[in-house]
Amino acid sequence: MLTYAANRAIQFALSLIVASVVVFALMSLLPGNAAQVALGTNATPEAVAALEVQYGLDRPPVVRYFDWVVGMLGGDFGTSYVTGAAITPVIIDSVQVTAILVISAIALSILIAVPLGTFAALEQRSWIGVTISAASQVGIAVPNFLAAIILVIVFSLTLGWFPSQGWMAPIEGVGGFLLRLVLPVVSLALVQAAILTRYVRSAVLDVMREDFIRTARAKGLTRTKALFVHGLRNAAIPVITVAGVQLATLLVGAVIIEQIFVLPGIGSELVRAVANRDLIAVQGIVMVLVLLVLIINLIVDILVPVVDPRIRNAA
Amino acid sequence: MPENLLEVRNLTITPAGAEVPVLDDVSLSLAPGERVGLIGESGSGKSLTALSVMGLLPEELHAQGTVSLQGHGGNLLEANEKTLAGLRSDIVSMVFQEPMSALNPLMRIGDQIAEVLRIHGRVPRAQIPGRVRELLAEVHMPDPDSARFAYPHQMSGGQRQRVMLAIALANSPRLLICDEPTTALDVTVQRRMLDLIAERVAAVEAGLLFITHDLAVVAGVCDRVIVMYRGRIVETGTVTEIFTAPRHEYTRGLLASSDLEATDDRGRLFTLKTALDYAGPRVPTRDSSTDANRATDANRAADGQGGAASATGSAPLIEVSDVTRVFKGRGLFGRRRSDVTALGSIDFSVAAGERLGIVGESGSGKSTLLNILSGLDRPTTGHVRVGDIRVEAASSTALRALRENLQIVFQDPFASLDPRMRVADIIAEPLVAAGVDKDERSARVEEMIAAVDLDAQSLRRYPHQFSGGQRQRISIARALVTRPQILVADEPVSALDVSVRAQVLNLLADLLEDYALTLLFVSHDLGVVKHLCSQVIVMKDGQIVESGATEDIYANPQEGYTRRLIAATPSLADALAATG
Repeated sequence: MLTYAANRAIQFALSLIVASVVVFALMSLLPGNAAQVALGTNATPEAVAALEVQYGLDRPPVVRYFDWVVGMLGGDFGTSYVTGAAITPVIIDSVQVTAILVISAIALSILIAVPLGTFAALEQRSWIGVTISAASQVGIAVPNFLAAIILVIVFSLTLGWFPSQGWMAPIEGVGGFLLRLVLPVVSLALVQAAILTRYVRSAVLDVMREDFIRTARAKGLTRTKALFVHGLRNAAIPVITVAGVQLATLLVGAVIIEQIFVLPGIGSELVRAVANRDLIAVQGIVMVLVLLVLIINLIVDILVPVVDPRIRNAA
Repeated sequence: MPENLLEVRNLTITPAGAEVPVLDDVSLSLAPGERVGLIGESGSGKSLTALSVMGLLPEELHAQGTVSLQGHGGNLLEANEKTLAGLRSDIVSMVFQEPMSALNPLMRIGDQIAEVLRIHGRVPRAQIPGRVRELLAEVHMPDPDSARFAYPHQMSGGQRQRVMLAIALANSPRLLICDEPTTALDVTVQRRMLDLIAERVAAVEAGLLFITHDLAVVAGVCDRVIVMYRGRIVETGTVTEIFTAPRHEYTRGLLASSDLEATDDRGRLFTLKTALDYAGPRVPTRDSSTDANRATDANRAADGQGGAASATGSAPLIEVSDVTRVFKGRGLFGRRRSDVTALGSIDFSVAAGERLGIVGESGSGKSTLLNILSGLDRPTTGHVRVGDIRVEAASSTALRALRENLQIVFQDPFASLDPRMRVADIIAEPLVAAGVDKDERSARVEEMIAAVDLDAQSLRRYPHQFSGGQRQRISIARALVTRPQILVADEPVSALDVSVRAQVLNLLADLLEDYALTLLFVSHDLGVVKHLCSQVIVMKDGQIVESGATEDIYANPQEGYTRRLIAATPSLADALAATG
């Protein structure tokens, strides 16, 4: 198990290195460098060259790459060419917002999907089971920005229960913080819950066909109890993997919801940086997103053998 | 009248939406402590009968009739899930066929046994760990103290089946149902498991309902036999009655096709069709010389051309010299784990037309050897020659030529055919690979489908529309369509019912003669090998422990392992001699 975890950690580190090279290379390949962008199209070549020296862009790419990586390892993502401000505090602030949003959304969708999917599997022939199944199918087809707009119209504009946009840090007031979180989290969670419900349902159906469930019933458990005692943990294995992938998708996918609800998340920062051609900021934000996705995968990889002794032993 | 332990009356089971019942008016009873065998082929309704008693019938099946158990008033078919759950593993227990999937893979063995004690509350909580240890010791689990903490995947099939038995008997039920409990196990493991079931059932004084398709197994375990055929009970009687004077045509057919020692005047096994000529199992006279003579006759009859070909003294068709195969364990950064030696210096040769049986239990290296022979795997050291191809160093062109000349029939008739291909395309596939043109292909496919006794209509259908035996015929047709010299059969009949087994073996014998084939026949079933093969190799732990002419090995085994294998093989005659 320890070797397995170490193996995964090494994979994690290697992926991170490869990703940093790819991100850096892509940014360097883009036409027009930061100095050109900062000075505008009318600038003289001499002025651009002077600024390049100031930014350090005249140095070879390899040197710039290591400069960037070493900076990041020390927690410094560099200085924005556009605003002249340090990038690190911006990333830290916005990552917190996105993390709160995304983790709440995935937690809510698991809370919805596990009971609903299990119930739909147990009652697969009754009208309730069929309804859940059909509803989740519809849920998958709804894009989350549409869900967001509908939620805003109903709960904000019509009923006035929740604010339609904005963000408040928890220290400024927990009530206001939670109130502003509800609609964005629900809009993200609904669609994810619909997808996850289908996976939970099919995982539970698969497990109920397993021989060991029959054994559990032969031991004197009722069908439902057999499922709860023996089935759910087995069904959890494929669901964990899917939830991990969903979490990673949400992280990047939250950008639209952040825009709709005007949340200062990392998605919003990324959009702003791209719009301003703030290359060094884009580079840093993309790298942070890559890091988070890799961390999620690492956690999933380590969680699966914790649940499944067969993989633990193979590892 | 004395109350029966189990009373099933007019049990009829109909699938939802179907007209025809799958189980038709079945009535049977079991006295307390009685051991009854329920026999029939797959689909005859044996398991459905058992599942109705357990209250575990799939929801889509509708059951009518009455099932009553001593100590429980009322009809079990009408009881609710909660009542039934209370009876299961308390009054009536069941051991299932498939040991590999019957235990929860995420739960330790000890916890799975403790659970059945906890559910029914017969043992005070504090005593449960001790009782679990005791139960494991009772099923002769080696080192019961540490076995408690093992997960199912760390155990062999036989050990898992012991755990299942420990669970089933934990609360000393009055009735134990065993559904093909040893079918998936090796012969020697099967023997020990059967003895264990008999021992434990006697110890807790339970009744036994033993389901199997194998007559030889049932004879050793049961007092009385019930024979089922197509959802009905066709005959019932004591073991001796059923085996010596079967009344129903099907019972006679089953008996005849189970007997691998008896052949008709063409040297073929009896089948359901030819069963009328079957004289009944011959009880061994404990005179080994007559036994050996009989085996010699049978093999001569079956061998025919084989003997002639090997007598010409030409170079052997297959030559395997000093072959080893070591699987390297690989850890982090290529750190070495212990290597596994799957094969250790294997030497043998096969003459053209010879029929070689390769016998051994799971893990003995049979499959690795086949993979190497067919070029699917390469030996770590040593040489393999098939025809004029050096397999261990063959180029991909040479390997393609090899595969035209050496074809394989696999064990599992359900998994080894692509479910989305028509039978015609399945059979033609090796010809496509060999570059044969379309007209020639369809001509040869039609010839082969006729050769395996399936009608030409079958070619347009898909594998799922065929039974296990028919699928195995399709596999054989696919193997022979390239007109190979060598046919390799990897446990081709071990997944089949006894009656179907005889038909497929006869077909193989016919084709071996018609196409002058050299046969490599891998099996754990010594009876089958004895019937079909002239030469035999016995393998254990990657080594050949004994080899020679089949009749010599069977009549006079030199190695303890071979003797154990022969002794463990269930034989109709032996079982009958033991009861009679």
